[in-house]
Amino acid sequence: MILTRENLINLILAVALLAIPLIANAAGQPFYITLATRVAILALAATGLNLALGVGGLVSFGHAAFFGIGGYVAGILASHSFSGEPVLFGLSGTNQMWIIWLVAMALAGFVGLAIGAISLRTSGVYFIMITLAFAQMVYYFAVSWPAYGGEDGLSILVRNQFPGVMTMVPMNFFLICYVILLVGIALFAVIRASRFGAALQAARQNEVRVATVGIQPYRIRLTGFVLSAMITGLAGALFADLNRFVSPSMLSWHMSGELIVLIILGGTGRLFGPLAGAALYVAFEYALGGITERWQFFLGLILLLVVLFARGGLVGLLAGKAKHG
Amino acid sequence: MLLQVENIATFYGSSQALFGVDFAMQEGEAVALMGRNGMGKSTTIKSICNLMPPHSGRIVFGGKPTDRQPPHKVARLGIGLVPEGRRCFPNLTVHENLVAAARPGQWTLERVNDLFPRLKERHAQMARSLSGGEQQMLAIGRALMTNPRLLILDEATEGLAPVIRQDIWSAIRRLKDEGLSILVVDKTLSELLPVADRCVILENGKSAWSGKPADLTTELQDRYLGV
Repeated sequence: MILTRENLINLILAVALLAIPLIANAAGQPFYITLATRVAILALAATGLNLALGVGGLVSFGHAAFFGIGGYVAGILASHSFSGEPVLFGLSGTNQMWIIWLVAMALAGFVGLAIGAISLRTSGVYFIMITLAFAQMVYYFAVSWPAYGGEDGLSILVRNQFPGVMTMVPMNFFLICYVILLVGIALFAVIRASRFGAALQAARQNEVRVATVGIQPYRIRLTGFVLSAMITGLAGALFADLNRFVSPSMLSWHMSGELIVLIILGGTGRLFGPLAGAALYVAFEYALGGITERWQFFLGLILLLVVLFARGGLVGLLAGKAKHG
Repeated sequence: MLLQVENIATFYGSSQALFGVDFAMQEGEAVALMGRNGMGKSTTIKSICNLMPPHSGRIVFGGKPTDRQPPHKVARLGIGLVPEGRRCFPNLTVHENLVAAARPGQWTLERVNDLFPRLKERHAQMARSLSGGEQQMLAIGRALMTNPRLLILDEATEGLAPVIRQDIWSAIRRLKDEGLSILVVDKTLSELLPVADRCVILENGKSAWSGKPADLTTELQDRYLGV
């Protein structure tokens, strides 16, 4: 890999995210480890959305649905594992993270397929509204589902397990999330550089031109949307395990908006844009949240400045213009 | 027969552009589609690719009718289009433009790079930063990467510097010599006629004349192509 300015920034971001919890751990400050874990998970969720939004140009305002589905998969499987009652068709719950991750990705991918199959027949503002409408349907379904806590949400009494790792130790759980984030980012890079990634970007640039080279834009976009949903779903499962709690707020439109904000802050379509955005967002939430309850007002100002003066987000500001636009 | 265009009529909204275009192409043949501006050449090409489906008449490619097929399926039958105006994907690199279109066959990245060595030199460059001639080479390369049975070139050399035109024409001649079927629209008769096996002239959206380039007399040229 050539050491461009962007690659250097990416490297610094990746090392910093690892270094902060290591230092916090040495200093006996577990709170900062939890903050870094939150950054890693939100960055993974936004990396998923970045595939649809940054590469495919699909402004999905419904990715909270996939994030929440991942969360509920973790919560529901864990609660059944705890109570010993079967989930469906005699299948028991589980507290094994890797099974939860696979189920979360599969279910988020399946729901992504259904939502994408319908919403990708539209474009522009209609696409945004339809994805939002679908996510709200999932949200209200969760709110009105008393079996799993309804509006109050569902607690995960003991964090789910991973073979050979004490997941209740904050540093261990951070490392799991960190590795998954890096795998997610690597997957994003591989997809973007592949023939499929080129076709997805081409479909974004000109639908008719893509059709004349024999590519069906709809199918390419649907595949991208499903992959995007799966990554965000995986992040949702981790988020539920971080908080040991899942509630309909993970499914709300605020969450969808938050993911879009993370990407815009960090740099749309940039490999490490979601991580930069998530770090900035969580840092703001922590630093300003302690001073005022209205910290989001200041975040709004920053977002405004980014949109007006730094279209490439934080990464774009530091690394210069993107190779892809 | 590779392509049969049977008496097609095509409309832009409510205004009719083609009133009965009718011609056919054999495998390996190079056909020049000619006519003055606004006579329906580009519309005919769009109809063949089903970007503007004909209202009546029929188009058969490789024995299969193309009606009711979406443009991407028509392209997959083996029609490679180099659209008018050097239309690449501007925000993709040269390499990405080529691989996005790739379908298995004898045309590979290596062969395209061999045909247009300039593209190899610029493989990591964004298409929007290429010169007009290079963008045209990329558009042809992209169409070849789909491994077409028929290559359609719509005004491939328009607005290019003479030296670049020569490169493009020599590539077209090479493709023809290799046996690729080519349907070409171009205004430079001195280059077009030696390449073409046959000419089809359109006038007012209708096929007006068809024959060998040698039979296209100055009188006919004045009548159908003069301004």
